[in-house]
Amino acid sequence: MMSAVKRSMVVERLRKDQMVELLSKEKRLDNRGLLDFRDIIIETGVIERASGSAKVQVGNTQVIAGVKIETGEPFPDTPDKGLLVVNAEVLPLASAYAEPGPPDEDAIELARVVDRGIRESKMIDLSKLVLIPGRKVHAVFVDVNVLNVDGNLFDATSYATVASIATAKMPKLSVDQNGQIKRTEEIIPLPIKSIPISVTLARIGDVLLVDPTSEEEAVMDARITLVFDEEDNVCAGQKGQPGTLNFDQVKLAANIAKVKAREVRKILLEGITKDAKG
Amino acid sequence: MVELINEKGLRIDGRGVDELRPLRIEVGVLKNADGSSYIEMGKNKIVAAVYGPKEVHPKHLALPDRSVLRCRYHMAPFSVDVRKPPQPSRREIEISKVIREALEPALILEEYPRTAINIYLEVLQADGGSRCAGITASAVALADAGISMRDMVVACAAGKVAGQVVIDLDDTEDKEGDADLPIAIMPNLNQVTLLQLDGIMAPEEFEKAFNMAVSACHRIYEVQRGALIDKYFGKGEAGEE
Repeated sequence: MMSAVKRSMVVERLRKDQMVELLSKEKRLDNRGLLDFRDIIIETGVIERASGSAKVQVGNTQVIAGVKIETGEPFPDTPDKGLLVVNAEVLPLASAYAEPGPPDEDAIELARVVDRGIRESKMIDLSKLVLIPGRKVHAVFVDVNVLNVDGNLFDATSYATVASIATAKMPKLSVDQNGQIKRTEEIIPLPIKSIPISVTLARIGDVLLVDPTSEEEAVMDARITLVFDEEDNVCAGQKGQPGTLNFDQVKLAANIAKVKAREVRKILLEGITKDAKG
Repeated sequence: MVELINEKGLRIDGRGVDELRPLRIEVGVLKNADGSSYIEMGKNKIVAAVYGPKEVHPKHLALPDRSVLRCRYHMAPFSVDVRKPPQPSRREIEISKVIREALEPALILEEYPRTAINIYLEVLQADGGSRCAGITASAVALADAGISMRDMVVACAAGKVAGQVVIDLDDTEDKEGDADLPIAIMPNLNQVTLLQLDGIMAPEEFEKAFNMAVSACHRIYEVQRGALIDKYFGKGEAGEE
Protein backbone atom coordinates (compact mmCIF):
# COMPACT_ATOMS: atom_id res chain seq x y z
CA MET A 1 0.00 0.00 0.00
CA MET A 2 1.40 3.33 -1.03
CA SER A 3 1.13 6.52 0.92
CA ALA A 4 0.09 9.85 -0.43
CA VAL A 5 3.05 12.10 0.08
CA LYS A 6 6.55 11.97 -1.32
CA ARG A 7 9.01 13.67 0.95
CA SER A 8 10.90 15.26 -1.87
CA MET A 9 11.15 18.64 -3.47
CA VAL A 10 10.26 20.41 -0.23
CA VAL A 11 11.86 23.67 -1.26
CA GLU A 12 9.97 23.74 -4.54
CA ARG A 13 6.73 23.28 -2.66
CA LEU A 14 7.53 26.15 -0.34
CA ARG A 15 7.92 28.32 -3.42
CA LYS A 16 4.42 27.55 -4.63
CA ASP A 17 3.05 31.03 -3.91
CA GLN A 18 5.83 32.57 -5.95
CA MET A 19 5.11 30.21 -8.83
CA VAL A 20 1.37 30.88 -8.73
CA GLU A 21 1.99 34.61 -8.80
CA LEU A 22 4.31 34.31 -11.79
CA LEU A 23 1.85 32.10 -13.62
CA SER A 24 -0.98 34.55 -13.03
CA LYS A 25 1.08 36.91 -15.20
CA GLU A 26 1.42 34.06 -17.71
CA LYS A 27 5.12 33.74 -16.98
CA ARG A 28 7.09 30.57 -16.33
CA LEU A 29 10.45 30.21 -14.63
CA ASP A 30 12.06 29.15 -17.90
CA ASN A 31 10.37 31.98 -19.83
CA ARG A 32 8.14 29.66 -21.84
CA GLY A 33 4.56 30.54 -22.68
CA LEU A 34 1.94 28.50 -20.83
CA LEU A 35 1.22 26.40 -23.88
CA ASP A 36 4.78 25.96 -25.14
CA PHE A 37 6.62 22.67 -25.05
CA ARG A 38 10.32 22.64 -24.27
CA ASP A 39 12.57 21.57 -27.16
CA ILE A 40 11.90 17.98 -28.10
CA ILE A 41 14.88 16.04 -29.49
CA ILE A 42 14.34 12.59 -30.92
CA GLU A 43 17.08 10.20 -31.96
CA THR A 44 16.27 6.70 -33.13
CA GLY A 45 18.39 3.62 -33.65
CA VAL A 46 20.66 4.49 -30.74
CA ILE A 47 21.03 0.91 -29.45
CA GLU A 48 22.22 -1.52 -32.12
CA ARG A 49 21.32 -4.64 -30.17
CA ALA A 50 17.70 -3.62 -29.79
CA SER A 51 15.15 -4.23 -32.58
CA GLY A 52 14.21 -0.58 -32.25
CA SER A 53 15.30 2.17 -29.95
CA ALA A 54 14.90 5.86 -29.32
CA LYS A 55 16.38 8.48 -27.08
CA VAL A 56 14.09 11.39 -26.37
CA GLN A 57 14.84 14.66 -24.64
CA VAL A 58 12.14 17.05 -23.58
CA GLY A 59 14.10 19.90 -22.11
CA ASN A 60 16.29 18.27 -19.46
CA THR A 61 14.12 15.19 -19.22
CA GLN A 62 15.89 12.32 -20.89
CA VAL A 63 14.55 8.85 -21.58
CA ILE A 64 15.66 5.92 -23.68
CA ALA A 65 13.41 3.18 -25.01
CA GLY A 66 14.42 -0.18 -26.44
CA VAL A 67 12.26 -2.69 -28.28
CA LYS A 68 12.93 -6.40 -28.11
CA ILE A 69 10.83 -8.72 -30.24
CA GLU A 70 10.52 -12.34 -29.19
CA THR A 71 8.07 -15.14 -29.82
CA GLY A 72 5.66 -16.27 -27.19
CA GLU A 73 2.27 -17.72 -26.46
CA PRO A 74 -0.76 -15.46 -26.89
CA PHE A 75 -3.11 -14.72 -24.01
CA PRO A 76 -5.90 -17.32 -23.90
CA ASP A 77 -8.58 -14.68 -24.51
CA THR A 78 -6.78 -13.18 -27.54
CA PRO A 79 -5.43 -16.21 -29.48
CA ASP A 80 -5.32 -14.19 -32.71
CA LYS A 81 -3.26 -11.27 -31.44
CA GLY A 82 0.43 -10.68 -30.78
CA LEU A 83 1.66 -9.43 -27.44
CA LEU A 84 2.68 -5.92 -26.48
CA VAL A 85 4.32 -5.17 -23.15
CA VAL A 86 5.39 -1.67 -22.15
CA ASN A 87 7.49 -1.26 -19.04
CA ALA A 88 9.02 1.90 -17.59
CA GLU A 89 11.56 2.44 -14.91
CA VAL A 90 12.92 5.59 -13.33
CA LEU A 91 16.57 4.68 -12.81
CA PRO A 92 18.28 5.67 -9.55
CA LEU A 93 20.71 7.74 -11.58
CA ALA A 94 17.85 9.85 -12.93
CA SER A 95 17.33 12.15 -9.96
CA ALA A 96 18.30 12.78 -6.36
CA TYR A 97 14.87 11.51 -5.35
CA ALA A 98 14.85 8.23 -7.26
CA GLU A 99 15.63 5.05 -5.32
CA PRO A 100 16.72 1.64 -6.57
CA GLY A 101 14.20 -1.14 -6.27
CA PRO A 102 11.19 -2.54 -8.06
CA PRO A 103 9.00 -0.01 -9.92
CA ASP A 104 6.92 2.01 -7.44
CA GLU A 105 3.33 3.08 -8.08
CA ASP A 106 4.43 6.16 -10.02
CA ALA A 107 6.51 4.08 -12.43
CA ILE A 108 3.71 1.55 -12.79
CA GLU A 109 1.20 4.30 -13.56
CA LEU A 110 3.63 5.82 -16.06
CA ALA A 111 4.10 2.54 -17.91
CA ARG A 112 0.41 1.72 -17.90
CA VAL A 113 -0.69 5.11 -19.21
CA VAL A 114 1.91 4.99 -22.00
CA ASP A 115 0.88 1.40 -22.80
CA ARG A 116 -2.76 2.49 -22.95
CA GLY A 117 -1.99 5.15 -25.55
CA ILE A 118 -0.10 2.70 -27.78
CA ARG A 119 -2.67 -0.07 -27.37
CA GLU A 120 -5.86 1.94 -27.69
CA SER A 121 -4.67 3.95 -30.69
CA LYS A 122 -4.01 0.54 -32.31
CA MET A 123 -0.54 1.76 -33.22
CA ILE A 124 0.65 -1.80 -33.84
CA ASP A 125 -1.68 -4.10 -35.77
CA LEU A 126 -1.37 -6.95 -33.27
CA SER A 127 -3.46 -9.26 -35.49
CA LYS A 128 -0.55 -9.29 -37.97
CA LEU A 129 1.85 -10.59 -35.32
CA VAL A 130 0.39 -14.10 -35.21
CA LEU A 131 2.55 -17.04 -36.33
CA ILE A 132 0.35 -19.98 -35.30
CA PRO A 133 -3.07 -18.87 -34.00
CA GLY A 134 -3.51 -19.67 -30.33
CA ARG A 135 0.04 -21.03 -30.04
CA LYS A 136 2.80 -18.77 -31.29
CA VAL A 137 2.82 -15.02 -31.74
CA HIS A 138 5.36 -12.21 -31.81
CA ALA A 139 5.78 -10.53 -28.44
CA VAL A 140 6.88 -6.90 -28.57
CA PHE A 141 8.57 -5.72 -25.38
CA VAL A 142 9.23 -2.01 -24.97
CA ASP A 143 11.34 -1.09 -21.96
CA VAL A 144 11.80 2.56 -21.20
CA ASN A 145 14.51 3.83 -18.88
CA VAL A 146 14.25 7.32 -17.53
CA LEU A 147 17.81 8.73 -17.42
CA ASN A 148 17.17 12.24 -16.17
CA VAL A 149 14.01 13.55 -14.53
CA ASP A 150 12.86 17.06 -15.22
CA GLY A 151 9.14 16.70 -15.40
CA ASN A 152 6.64 15.43 -17.94
CA LEU A 153 7.83 11.83 -17.92
CA PHE A 154 4.48 10.77 -19.40
CA ASP A 155 5.01 12.54 -22.71
CA ALA A 156 8.76 11.87 -22.96
CA THR A 157 8.21 8.16 -22.26
CA SER A 158 5.37 8.01 -24.75
CA TYR A 159 7.41 9.68 -27.52
CA ALA A 160 10.35 7.33 -26.91
CA THR A 161 8.06 4.32 -26.95
CA VAL A 162 6.34 5.43 -30.16
CA ALA A 163 9.61 6.30 -31.91
CA SER A 164 11.24 3.01 -30.94
CA ILE A 165 8.24 0.95 -32.11
CA ALA A 166 7.88 2.92 -35.33
CA THR A 167 11.52 2.30 -36.27
CA ALA A 168 11.80 -1.30 -35.02
CA LYS A 169 12.80 -3.99 -37.47
CA MET A 170 12.76 -7.75 -37.16
CA PRO A 171 13.64 -10.77 -39.27
CA LYS A 172 10.57 -12.17 -40.98
CA LEU A 173 9.70 -15.58 -39.58
CA SER A 174 8.16 -18.38 -41.60
CA VAL A 175 6.17 -21.35 -40.37
CA ASP A 176 6.48 -24.67 -42.24
CA GLN A 177 3.86 -27.45 -42.39
CA ASN A 178 5.21 -29.10 -39.24
CA GLY A 179 4.73 -25.90 -37.31
CA GLN A 180 8.47 -25.21 -37.16
CA ILE A 181 9.36 -21.53 -37.03
CA LYS A 182 12.32 -20.40 -39.10
CA ARG A 183 14.08 -17.08 -39.55
CA THR A 184 14.20 -15.80 -43.08
CA GLU A 185 16.72 -13.36 -44.53
CA GLU A 186 14.05 -10.72 -44.97
CA ILE A 187 14.02 -7.84 -42.46
CA ILE A 188 10.62 -6.21 -41.92
CA PRO A 189 9.19 -3.37 -39.83
CA LEU A 190 6.38 -3.84 -37.32
CA PRO A 191 2.86 -3.45 -38.77
CA ILE A 192 2.23 0.20 -37.84
CA LYS A 193 -1.31 1.55 -38.23
CA SER A 194 -1.25 4.81 -36.33
CA ILE A 195 1.04 7.18 -34.44
CA PRO A 196 -0.39 8.23 -31.06
CA ILE A 197 0.73 11.53 -29.54
CA SER A 198 0.56 12.18 -25.81
CA VAL A 199 0.13 15.68 -24.37
CA THR A 200 0.28 16.38 -20.65
CA LEU A 201 -1.00 19.50 -18.92
CA ALA A 202 -0.65 20.60 -15.33
CA ARG A 203 -3.03 22.75 -13.35
CA ILE A 204 -1.35 25.10 -10.91
CA GLY A 205 -3.84 27.36 -9.20
CA ASP A 206 -6.24 28.46 -11.93
CA VAL A 207 -3.70 28.08 -14.70
CA LEU A 208 -3.36 25.20 -17.16
CA LEU A 209 0.07 24.74 -18.66
CA VAL A 210 1.65 22.30 -21.07
CA ASP A 211 4.77 20.15 -20.52
CA PRO A 212 5.46 20.83 -16.81
CA THR A 213 9.05 20.74 -15.49
CA SER A 214 9.93 19.04 -12.20
CA GLU A 215 9.71 22.39 -10.43
CA GLU A 216 6.22 22.90 -11.80
CA GLU A 217 5.19 19.33 -11.05
CA ALA A 218 6.27 19.75 -7.42
CA VAL A 219 3.62 22.44 -6.94
CA MET A 220 0.97 21.33 -9.41
CA ASP A 221 -2.52 20.60 -8.16
CA ALA A 222 -3.52 18.18 -10.88
CA ARG A 223 -2.13 16.66 -14.04
CA ILE A 224 -3.98 15.44 -17.10
CA THR A 225 -2.55 13.39 -19.96
CA LEU A 226 -4.47 12.88 -23.19
CA VAL A 227 -3.36 10.87 -26.21
CA PHE A 228 -4.51 11.61 -29.77
CA ASP A 229 -4.37 9.76 -33.08
CA GLU A 230 -3.87 11.42 -36.50
CA GLU A 231 -7.59 12.11 -36.88
CA ASP A 232 -7.75 14.11 -33.64
CA ASN A 233 -9.54 11.25 -31.88
CA VAL A 234 -8.65 10.96 -28.23
CA CYS A 235 -7.61 7.39 -27.43
CA ALA A 236 -6.27 7.40 -23.87
CA GLY A 237 -6.31 9.66 -20.87
CA GLN A 238 -5.38 9.90 -17.25
CA LYS A 239 -5.86 12.53 -14.60
CA GLY A 240 -3.20 12.36 -11.90
CA GLN A 241 -2.32 13.93 -8.55
CA PRO A 242 -4.60 14.45 -5.58
CA GLY A 243 -6.05 17.70 -6.90
CA THR A 244 -9.10 18.38 -9.01
CA LEU A 245 -10.07 19.92 -12.32
CA ASN A 246 -13.38 21.62 -12.85
CA PHE A 247 -15.61 20.67 -15.78
CA ASP A 248 -14.49 23.59 -17.94
CA GLN A 249 -10.83 22.83 -17.26
CA VAL A 250 -11.30 19.24 -18.46
CA LYS A 251 -12.83 20.45 -21.72
CA LEU A 252 -10.26 23.21 -22.14
CA ALA A 253 -7.43 20.74 -21.50
CA ALA A 254 -8.86 18.40 -24.16
CA ASN A 255 -8.94 21.24 -26.69
CA ILE A 256 -5.44 22.46 -25.91
CA ALA A 257 -4.03 18.94 -25.99
CA LYS A 258 -5.64 18.23 -29.36
CA VAL A 259 -3.96 21.27 -30.94
CA LYS A 260 -0.60 20.65 -29.26
CA ALA A 261 -0.68 17.01 -30.38
CA ARG A 262 -0.73 18.12 -34.02
CA GLU A 263 2.37 20.24 -33.35
CA VAL A 264 4.29 17.47 -31.59
CA ARG A 265 3.25 14.98 -34.29
CA LYS A 266 5.35 16.87 -36.85
CA ILE A 267 8.43 16.78 -34.62
CA LEU A 268 8.01 13.10 -33.82
CA LEU A 269 7.43 12.09 -37.46
CA GLU A 270 10.52 14.04 -38.46
CA GLY A 271 12.54 12.18 -35.84
CA ILE A 272 11.22 8.83 -37.02
CA THR A 273 11.76 9.38 -40.76
CA LYS A 274 15.22 10.87 -40.26
CA ASP A 275 16.31 7.41 -39.14
CA ALA A 276 14.65 5.66 -42.07
CA LYS A 277 16.68 7.75 -44.51
CA GLY A 278 19.98 7.69 -42.69
CA MET B 1 -19.46 -11.06 -31.65
CA VAL B 2 -22.44 -10.20 -29.49
CA GLU B 3 -24.80 -7.47 -30.57
CA LEU B 4 -24.03 -4.77 -28.01
CA ILE B 5 -26.97 -2.51 -28.84
CA ASN B 6 -30.05 -3.95 -30.58
CA GLU B 7 -32.32 -2.29 -33.14
CA LYS B 8 -34.55 -0.97 -30.34
CA GLY B 9 -31.55 0.86 -28.91
CA LEU B 10 -31.35 -1.47 -25.91
CA ARG B 11 -28.11 -2.84 -24.49
CA ILE B 12 -27.30 -6.52 -23.83
CA ASP B 13 -28.85 -6.38 -20.38
CA GLY B 14 -31.88 -4.48 -21.67
CA ARG B 15 -30.79 -1.03 -20.49
CA GLY B 16 -31.10 2.20 -22.44
CA VAL B 17 -27.92 4.15 -23.27
CA ASP B 18 -28.37 6.57 -20.36
CA GLU B 19 -29.51 4.02 -17.79
CA LEU B 20 -27.55 2.83 -14.75
CA ARG B 21 -27.28 -0.79 -13.69
CA PRO B 22 -29.21 -1.75 -10.54
CA LEU B 23 -27.43 -0.06 -7.67
CA ARG B 24 -27.51 -0.75 -3.97
CA ILE B 25 -25.37 0.71 -1.20
CA GLU B 26 -25.32 -0.42 2.42
CA VAL B 27 -23.55 1.40 5.25
CA GLY B 28 -21.74 -0.07 8.26
CA VAL B 29 -21.43 -3.67 7.14
CA LEU B 30 -18.22 -4.47 9.05
CA LYS B 31 -18.24 -4.05 12.81
CA ASN B 32 -14.47 -3.80 13.34
CA ALA B 33 -13.88 -1.03 10.81
CA ASP B 34 -14.26 2.64 11.77
CA GLY B 35 -16.39 3.02 8.67
CA SER B 36 -17.57 0.56 6.06
CA SER B 37 -19.90 0.06 3.17
CA TYR B 38 -21.03 -2.50 0.64
CA ILE B 39 -21.96 -1.72 -2.93
CA GLU B 40 -23.63 -3.70 -5.66
CA MET B 41 -23.53 -2.06 -9.07
CA GLY B 42 -24.68 -4.54 -11.67
CA LYS B 43 -22.74 -7.70 -10.82
CA ASN B 44 -20.02 -5.76 -8.99
CA LYS B 45 -19.96 -6.67 -5.32
CA ILE B 46 -17.46 -4.63 -3.33
CA VAL B 47 -16.78 -4.15 0.37
CA ALA B 48 -15.07 -0.96 1.54
CA ALA B 49 -13.55 -0.44 4.97
CA VAL B 50 -11.92 2.59 6.56
CA TYR B 51 -9.55 2.29 9.51
CA GLY B 52 -8.39 5.51 11.08
CA PRO B 53 -7.36 8.12 11.83
CA LYS B 54 -4.86 5.96 13.71
CA GLU B 55 -1.17 5.66 14.43
CA VAL B 56 1.08 5.47 11.40
CA HIS B 57 3.18 2.37 10.80
CA PRO B 58 6.00 2.62 9.92
CA LYS B 59 6.34 5.74 12.06
CA HIS B 60 8.65 7.70 9.75
CA LEU B 61 5.82 8.01 7.23
CA ALA B 62 3.81 10.24 9.57
CA LEU B 63 3.33 13.85 8.50
CA PRO B 64 3.45 16.71 11.02
CA ASP B 65 0.62 18.72 9.45
CA ARG B 66 -1.84 16.17 8.11
CA SER B 67 -2.98 12.60 7.95
CA VAL B 68 -1.47 10.12 5.51
CA LEU B 69 -4.12 8.62 3.25
CA ARG B 70 -3.51 5.10 2.01
CA CYS B 71 -5.65 2.99 -0.25
CA ARG B 72 -5.61 -0.63 -1.32
CA TYR B 73 -7.87 -1.84 -4.10
CA HIS B 74 -7.77 -5.60 -4.30
CA MET B 75 -9.63 -8.21 -6.30
CA ALA B 76 -10.53 -11.54 -4.77
CA PRO B 77 -9.12 -14.48 -6.77
CA PHE B 78 -12.67 -15.69 -7.44
CA SER B 79 -13.98 -12.28 -8.50
CA VAL B 80 -13.34 -12.81 -12.22
CA ASP B 81 -13.73 -15.64 -14.77
CA VAL B 82 -10.10 -16.72 -14.75
CA ARG B 83 -8.69 -16.92 -11.21
CA LYS B 84 -6.70 -13.81 -10.34
CA PRO B 85 -3.57 -14.58 -8.31
CA PRO B 86 -3.96 -12.93 -4.89
CA GLN B 87 -0.78 -10.82 -4.98
CA PRO B 88 -1.39 -7.23 -6.16
CA SER B 89 -1.06 -6.87 -9.93
CA ARG B 90 0.27 -3.78 -11.70
CA ARG B 91 -3.32 -2.95 -12.59
CA GLU B 92 -4.38 -3.06 -8.94
CA ILE B 93 -1.43 -0.88 -7.90
CA GLU B 94 -2.36 1.74 -10.50
CA ILE B 95 -6.04 1.62 -9.53
CA SER B 96 -5.19 1.93 -5.82
CA LYS B 97 -3.24 5.07 -6.68
CA VAL B 98 -5.93 6.72 -8.79
CA ILE B 99 -8.64 5.87 -6.26
CA ARG B 100 -6.57 7.43 -3.46
CA GLU B 101 -6.04 10.54 -5.58
CA ALA B 102 -9.76 10.63 -6.38
CA LEU B 103 -10.74 10.61 -2.70
CA GLU B 104 -8.02 12.80 -1.24
CA PRO B 105 -9.37 16.16 -2.48
CA ALA B 106 -12.59 15.58 -0.52
CA LEU B 107 -10.89 14.79 2.79
CA ILE B 108 -9.80 17.44 5.28
CA LEU B 109 -6.61 15.60 6.19
CA GLU B 110 -5.18 18.64 7.98
CA GLU B 111 -7.54 17.88 10.86
CA TYR B 112 -5.65 14.70 11.71
CA PRO B 113 -1.91 15.40 11.85
CA ARG B 114 0.51 12.52 12.51
CA THR B 115 -2.11 9.86 11.74
CA ALA B 116 -2.96 7.48 8.93
CA ILE B 117 -6.31 6.81 7.30
CA ASN B 118 -6.42 3.46 5.51
CA ILE B 119 -9.02 2.56 2.92
CA TYR B 120 -9.37 -1.09 1.97
CA LEU B 121 -11.45 -2.14 -1.01
CA GLU B 122 -12.10 -5.80 -1.67
CA VAL B 123 -13.74 -6.62 -4.97
CA LEU B 124 -15.66 -9.82 -4.27
CA GLN B 125 -17.07 -9.91 -7.79
CA ALA B 126 -16.08 -7.70 -10.70
CA ASP B 127 -18.36 -6.59 -13.52
CA GLY B 128 -16.79 -3.64 -15.32
CA GLY B 129 -16.55 -0.29 -13.59
CA SER B 130 -15.22 -1.76 -10.36
CA ARG B 131 -12.93 1.23 -9.73
CA CYS B 132 -15.93 3.57 -9.99
CA ALA B 133 -18.08 1.43 -7.70
CA GLY B 134 -15.07 1.21 -5.37
CA ILE B 135 -14.72 5.00 -5.20
CA THR B 136 -18.45 5.45 -4.61
CA ALA B 137 -18.34 2.86 -1.81
CA SER B 138 -15.14 4.32 -0.29
CA ALA B 139 -16.66 7.78 0.03
CA VAL B 140 -19.64 6.30 1.88
CA ALA B 141 -17.30 4.34 4.18
CA LEU B 142 -15.26 7.50 4.86
CA ALA B 143 -18.43 9.38 5.77
CA ASP B 144 -19.48 6.44 7.95
CA ALA B 145 -16.10 6.65 9.71
CA GLY B 146 -16.85 10.29 10.50
CA ILE B 147 -13.82 11.63 8.65
CA SER B 148 -14.16 15.35 7.92
CA MET B 149 -15.03 15.82 4.27
CA ARG B 150 -15.51 18.79 1.97
CA ASP B 151 -17.91 16.84 -0.22
CA MET B 152 -18.75 13.29 -1.19
CA VAL B 153 -16.95 11.65 -4.09
CA VAL B 154 -18.94 9.68 -6.60
CA ALA B 155 -17.80 7.88 -9.72
CA CYS B 156 -19.29 6.49 -12.89
CA ALA B 157 -17.98 5.60 -16.33
CA ALA B 158 -19.31 6.63 -19.70
CA GLY B 159 -18.07 5.08 -22.88
CA LYS B 160 -18.67 4.21 -26.47
CA VAL B 161 -20.36 0.95 -27.35
CA ALA B 162 -21.46 -0.03 -30.87
CA GLY B 163 -20.87 3.55 -32.00
CA GLN B 164 -23.07 5.07 -29.29
CA VAL B 165 -22.22 6.93 -26.11
CA VAL B 166 -23.51 5.04 -23.07
CA ILE B 167 -23.07 5.20 -19.29
CA ASP B 168 -22.07 2.64 -16.68
CA LEU B 169 -20.51 -0.04 -18.90
CA ASP B 170 -20.70 -3.62 -17.73
CA ASP B 171 -17.97 -6.22 -18.21
CA THR B 172 -18.92 -7.22 -21.76
CA GLU B 173 -19.37 -3.61 -22.90
CA ASP B 174 -16.05 -2.69 -21.30
CA LYS B 175 -14.25 -5.50 -23.15
CA GLU B 176 -16.08 -5.39 -26.50
CA GLY B 177 -16.84 -1.68 -26.61
CA ASP B 178 -14.80 1.07 -28.26
CA ALA B 179 -14.01 3.29 -25.30
CA ASP B 180 -14.35 3.61 -21.54
CA LEU B 181 -14.17 6.93 -19.66
CA PRO B 182 -14.38 6.51 -15.89
CA ILE B 183 -14.67 9.76 -13.95
CA ALA B 184 -15.14 10.71 -10.31
CA ILE B 185 -16.51 14.04 -9.16
CA MET B 186 -17.28 15.97 -6.02
CA PRO B 187 -20.98 16.49 -6.78
CA ASN B 188 -21.53 19.72 -4.83
CA LEU B 189 -18.22 21.38 -5.61
CA ASN B 190 -18.36 20.36 -9.29
CA GLN B 191 -14.76 19.17 -9.39
CA VAL B 192 -13.33 16.21 -11.28
CA THR B 193 -11.14 14.03 -9.05
CA LEU B 194 -10.57 11.09 -11.37
CA LEU B 195 -10.51 10.84 -15.12
CA GLN B 196 -9.18 7.99 -17.16
CA LEU B 197 -9.81 6.99 -20.73
CA ASP B 198 -9.05 4.00 -22.81
CA GLY B 199 -10.43 3.59 -26.27
CA ILE B 200 -11.00 5.86 -29.21
CA MET B 201 -13.48 8.72 -29.21
CA ALA B 202 -13.88 11.79 -31.39
CA PRO B 203 -13.57 15.07 -29.45
CA GLU B 204 -17.37 15.68 -29.59
CA GLU B 205 -18.01 12.16 -28.30
CA PHE B 206 -15.56 12.75 -25.48
CA GLU B 207 -17.46 15.85 -24.39
CA LYS B 208 -20.82 14.09 -24.66
CA ALA B 209 -19.58 11.07 -22.69
CA PHE B 210 -18.07 13.35 -20.06
CA ASN B 211 -21.36 15.24 -19.62
CA MET B 212 -23.38 12.01 -19.42
CA ALA B 213 -20.98 10.56 -16.83
CA VAL B 214 -21.29 13.71 -14.72
CA SER B 215 -25.07 13.50 -14.75
CA ALA B 216 -24.91 9.77 -13.89
CA CYS B 217 -22.65 10.62 -10.94
CA HIS B 218 -25.33 12.98 -9.62
CA ARG B 219 -27.88 10.15 -9.73
CA ILE B 220 -25.51 7.79 -7.89
CA TYR B 221 -24.84 10.53 -5.33
CA GLU B 222 -28.53 10.44 -4.35
CA VAL B 223 -28.18 6.72 -3.61
CA GLN B 224 -25.06 7.38 -1.50
CA ARG B 225 -26.94 10.01 0.47
CA GLY B 226 -29.97 7.77 0.87
CA ALA B 227 -27.81 4.94 2.23
CA LEU B 228 -26.19 7.22 4.83
CA ILE B 229 -29.52 8.76 5.82
CA ASP B 230 -30.93 5.24 6.21
CA LYS B 231 -28.23 4.26 8.64
CA TYR B 232 -28.18 7.42 10.71
CA PHE B 233 -31.77 8.63 10.53
CA GLY B 234 -33.75 5.44 9.94
CA LYS B 235 -35.26 3.88 6.83
CA GLY B 236 -36.48 6.10 4.07
CA GLU B 237 -34.67 7.11 0.94
CA ALA B 238 -32.14 4.39 0.17
CA GLY B 239 -31.81 2.30 -2.95
CA GLU B 240 -32.60 2.84 -6.57
CA GLU B 241 -34.59 0.03 -8.22
